[in-house]
Amino acid sequence: RQDRESVGQRSRARHQMGLQGHPGGVAPPDSIWEQTGGEFECVASLEGHENEVKSVAWNAGGNLLATCSRDKSVWIWEAQPGNEYECVSVLQGHSQDVKMVRWHPTRDLLVSASYDDTIKVWAEDGDEDDWRCVQTLSSAAQGHTSTVWGVAFDSTGDRMVSCSDDLTLKVWDTHTDPTTSMGAGAGAWKHVSTISGYHERTIFSVDWSRMNGLIASASGDDAIRIFADDEEPPSTTGQPTFSQVAKKEKAHSTDVNCVRWHPTDPRLLASASDDMCVKIWELRGRSES
Amino acid sequence: MAVELINPNPVIHERKSKAHRLDLPSVHGDEDAAEEFDATEIFDHIRDITDPEHPYSLEQLNVVSEEAIMVDDKGSKVGIKFTPTVQHCSMATLIGLCIRVKLLRSLPPRFKVDINVAPGSHASEAAVNKQLNDKERVAAALENPHLVDMVEKCLASSEQ
Repeated sequence: RQDRESVGQRSRARHQMGLQGHPGGVAPPDSIWEQTGGEFECVASLEGHENEVKSVAWNAGGNLLATCSRDKSVWIWEAQPGNEYECVSVLQGHSQDVKMVRWHPTRDLLVSASYDDTIKVWAEDGDEDDWRCVQTLSSAAQGHTSTVWGVAFDSTGDRMVSCSDDLTLKVWDTHTDPTTSMGAGAGAWKHVSTISGYHERTIFSVDWSRMNGLIASASGDDAIRIFADDEEPPSTTGQPTFSQVAKKEKAHSTDVNCVRWHPTDPRLLASASDDMCVKIWELRGRSES
Repeated sequence: MAVELINPNPVIHERKSKAHRLDLPSVHGDEDAAEEFDATEIFDHIRDITDPEHPYSLEQLNVVSEEAIMVDDKGSKVGIKFTPTVQHCSMATLIGLCIRVKLLRSLPPRFKVDINVAPGSHASEAAVNKQLNDKERVAAALENPHLVDMVEKCLASSEQ
């Protein structure tokens, strides 16, 4: 607790010093860019992390920005008028590098994925105006057994999918049962399905289409795979199951690092790779989508 | 580097003859050559890397051997198991990093390389393996000038 406050205070001081524009200069790490008529200009630089910054994400409201780093911390920044960003919380809890942060599509609920094999869920503490870890999804909770590289929410935010170096995707479910509220009005996350036996190497990225409900994964085996919720889950467990509905072998000539669905066109997917290419894919042959 | 050597008296083994393969095919640039990669060739790339704390090669210290190299040319996969000289060797990640950098430079980019310590050969086996096979952490390590300097020193002997 004390550690966290001292880090937070130090960061705030540093952050204010670092708040200058960078007109025409080299882009500093972790920068905010604003589109001002055809060109992007750096309007703020957020400093404070002690090591590589691995991921950034805006919340749905656009007033909060989360960052995470190899320094094991997650930071939440609040956008102030005039391109000012104030660090409102430094979240310590992960024991290793934090690879990725992503916000819930509608609530101020943040999830982080780490080299420590866990996913952490963070929410604002109603009374203290502070953020805290409300849940840790570890191997003990049927979570991953190696680095978690990414997470993605479905369109409602009631489910999320995670991807890992353990070659599995895992699907998690929350339901707004008030008795198990974990903050921000959301219930506890429970493991509902593990998608295994498909990927041959690390899964670096996952995305859940908000248009057609399909899950796309990017893997170190150069392939992109698409998974769908099975319409008839086995009646024995009542839990949903997922199956591969498409696979593109050699989607890139080497590791695929990222996949993202188009936000409004259900057919389009973009992928990025170590082969230095970005590819746009069109999904064909699924008339029901 | 270290005031006290981690393994003050390593066992030195003989360098085996390279006679069976005098002319290494060039792997730089000419990826279309039909020449298949095998364990012998991979071994030739890494055998002469110098140990970070001793003036001997990884082969002489029995850290690497041809038998501990798996190559699947068609599947573009290479697996290397190396044996640190002592169980608690703090140089294990540096040695693994040297092997990784050497193969990054020597093999066509299609190859997926897994580098692990031989099972049971290191006290923090899982942690070392995890670090060596996390490409983001390897990339970050190679942006550290001090580390790069150490790696280059170890590799110089294998690049003559």
